[in-house]
Amino acid sequence: MDRLRSALSAFVFSTVAFANTATAQEEAVTTFTLANGMEVVVVEDNRAPVVQHMVWYRAGSADEPAGESGVAHFLEHLMFKATDTLADGEFSAVVSANGGRDNAFTSYDYTAYFQRVAADRLGIMMQMEADRMRNIRFTEENVAIERGVVLEERKQRTDSNPRALLGEQMNAAQYLNHRYGVPIIGWRHEIEALSHADLRDFYETYYYPNNAILVVSGDVTADEVRVLAEEHYGVIPANPDLPERAGSIEPPQTVERRLVYRDARVAQPYVSRSYLAPERDPGDQRAAAALTLLAEVLGGGQTSYMTEKLQFESQKAVFSGAFYRGVSRDDTTFDVVIVPAPGVSLEEAEAAMDETLAQFVVDGVDPEQLDRIKYQLRASQIYARDDVDRIARRYGAALAVGLSVEDVQAWPDVLQSITPDEIVAAARDVLNPGTSVTGWLTRPDTTEVTQ
Amino acid sequence: MTRLALALILSFFASLPARAEVQIQEVVSPGGITAWLVQEPSIPFVALELRFRGGASLDDPDKRGAINLMTGLLEEGAADLDARAFAREAEGLAASFTYDVGVDSVSVSARFLSENRDAAVDLLRTSLIEPRFDQDALDRVRDQVLTGLRSDAKDPDSIARNAFNAMAFGDHPYGSNYRGTVETVSALTREDIVAAHGAVLARDRLYVGAVGDIKPEELGPLLDTLLGALPQAGAPQPEAADVTIEGGYTVIDFDGPQSVAIFGQLGVDQDDPDFFAARILNQVLGAGGFESRLFTEVREKRGLTYGVYSFLLPRDHAATLQGQVASANESVAEAVSVIREEWTRAATDGVTAQEVEAAKTFVTGAYPLQFSGNGPIARIMVGMQMLGLPIDYIATRNDKVEAVTLDDVNRVAGELLTPDALHFVVVGKPEGLESSAANEG
Repeated sequence: MDRLRSALSAFVFSTVAFANTATAQEEAVTTFTLANGMEVVVVEDNRAPVVQHMVWYRAGSADEPAGESGVAHFLEHLMFKATDTLADGEFSAVVSANGGRDNAFTSYDYTAYFQRVAADRLGIMMQMEADRMRNIRFTEENVAIERGVVLEERKQRTDSNPRALLGEQMNAAQYLNHRYGVPIIGWRHEIEALSHADLRDFYETYYYPNNAILVVSGDVTADEVRVLAEEHYGVIPANPDLPERAGSIEPPQTVERRLVYRDARVAQPYVSRSYLAPERDPGDQRAAAALTLLAEVLGGGQTSYMTEKLQFESQKAVFSGAFYRGVSRDDTTFDVVIVPAPGVSLEEAEAAMDETLAQFVVDGVDPEQLDRIKYQLRASQIYARDDVDRIARRYGAALAVGLSVEDVQAWPDVLQSITPDEIVAAARDVLNPGTSVTGWLTRPDTTEVTQ
Repeated sequence: MTRLALALILSFFASLPARAEVQIQEVVSPGGITAWLVQEPSIPFVALELRFRGGASLDDPDKRGAINLMTGLLEEGAADLDARAFAREAEGLAASFTYDVGVDSVSVSARFLSENRDAAVDLLRTSLIEPRFDQDALDRVRDQVLTGLRSDAKDPDSIARNAFNAMAFGDHPYGSNYRGTVETVSALTREDIVAAHGAVLARDRLYVGAVGDIKPEELGPLLDTLLGALPQAGAPQPEAADVTIEGGYTVIDFDGPQSVAIFGQLGVDQDDPDFFAARILNQVLGAGGFESRLFTEVREKRGLTYGVYSFLLPRDHAATLQGQVASANESVAEAVSVIREEWTRAATDGVTAQEVEAAKTFVTGAYPLQFSGNGPIARIMVGMQMLGLPIDYIATRNDKVEAVTLDDVNRVAGELLTPDALHFVVVGKPEGLESSAANEG
């Protein structure tokens, strides 16, 4: 349940998600495919005797049948329950008993399961992960109890959080047709109605080796992984009836959408806006690379254009930023936000932000700023080698949305090759009112918005 | 670079398989600054962790929040660079400096490339030694802090935590929010910030860890350049807290679908001989990811919550055992009652031999997983120094865990767990829960 679009949850910007490109030569990455179609990525780092073992399924909330929102995420919870050979909770208990930690996450385009353990426990992890790929037992009791847990999770993450609620509504308004408009955790009434059979059907459709990617990082060789993977995953038959992943296509978006969400729990009002934006496509990552750099140049930190104009010069904002994440199967979003300074209304703040965006297209990119950003990107390839698990996650997510290993490895060079003109052109294209959703988060008494 | 006074003490991560030959050396700079170093030349950068004991607890009570605001201003301009010029400089070096404040320390986490190390260290130095504290930066960052404080006032977790701390720690700095209040922060002046800087950033409370592509004979002079100009002494450290926790409930009304509960009682200090027995006990009771008794009873069997856990919180001046749960307003009373029952069951019946074994396997097995990357190792080394642990501690730590017996754990369970003195602060509209008499008015 990681990818809530609201990058606002903490009003804090971090370059971490951005600064993580690296090249294959330095990263010791090996990839191969098992006979049953399961893809394998190995990222070696022998500095500490630890491995991370991940299995990514190309099945997320966007793959759910209509009316069954939340089934992908609910299933993720049930994957920790009994199989034919393991009792309820035994999976995690065995991981713990081996000194490891495990968890899982569900997104629009994938669901992934992972453990971090001592390197010599990798075989046990694979044995159990392979077991639950095909042998989960769905009992009425487990479904009933876990439904309570999922509903509490929704209350905690979404219903108790005005920012998350606005984000959910903005998403729903952004996508007219695509399943990205439905929350990953699901709509409450549909979570309440999900049946035992719905969960089983999703599992029986997608949880097969030919729909999965194994990603192992840490103190292990590719040959060792190959032997273990053949033993544990290689014996599982592929699903010959795996459906094509047909994403729904957005109709032309021509109408500017505006939402106002009023909630007494709002402490800090703000204006958030999303624009429909292209994603990274296999063999064609230039537009996404330009948008990635645009987000940095425009709103990526202390020296960005928006920060300069809105926080330092006009002082209309206590925070502003721009966000883009191109790893997605279908159209994603480019987001901007402004949190007004004391005494500044949401209306004024939005006007100041719009003026700044328009002026950016006129002013263009500061070449020195772009040089600094590109240097940071090159440096991030060095820093990334200190965290192979993150490299592993990058490969897992990219392969799960249909990018290739070559795309992942080409990405740093594509970023370096983007010109200032391409960034401005990307801004002109993406900052299109007709594809935008603007959300105001405020308190019930709108006269109070300036606080 | 002339003569170096290097004290080299080698230690090995003996608890890891033999091939993890990570070595910690103690380095004393020519100017007398002590650091622990792990050389890791395979990636051309260094992670440097600095920590100043005392942190936000050194605030003048009338200026609560000054140290937090001061820490936030360290990166907002130094020497001849204003805030924006400083940020451009750091970005141009691809260095990252993170300044953080806690109740027991202010920490500085730096990461810089080998290829421009000197320039990065010089920039970092200006932020620590010559911060400008410009009025415009102060006002801007103050607004950000006030924004956070107003958010806290509407955040059930923060409301619960502040209420619990006020109840447990009273007038001690632990009893109030280290970020201050809207009133105190609004009143802070540049002089207050300068005073806060002098109170915290001093050599008599400094701890240093370094990991990465640097030799000991390079680290010593680097530390003198970076930190040599700091004053020798800062503000006196706080006294031990007088912790008062009475059993019962504090209910704070808040509108939302869920109630959040923070609960706690007295804990155990990290240097207590029973600390590891308590660590194992808490692993069984509430710390285990998916396996603890609380998780099993409240979530797995009853589906009352998404998350419930307990944790030992051994701070410098007070030790508590705390926990947290969130549950629907209709079901939080049941969740709280199950937690109380588990507390009582562990206190009276103890835990089982299998639970202790599983917890020990986890606690010993999870330890090496923490040493993942240069930054985390630097932070662990600084934490060890602050606790006064020996440089070879890593090699012996798991032996201390292994030495814990079932009898130890059950004796500690009986002594430590006080179900009658377990207090719950509940924020929400909990059905069937109300404040205990002692907490009213």
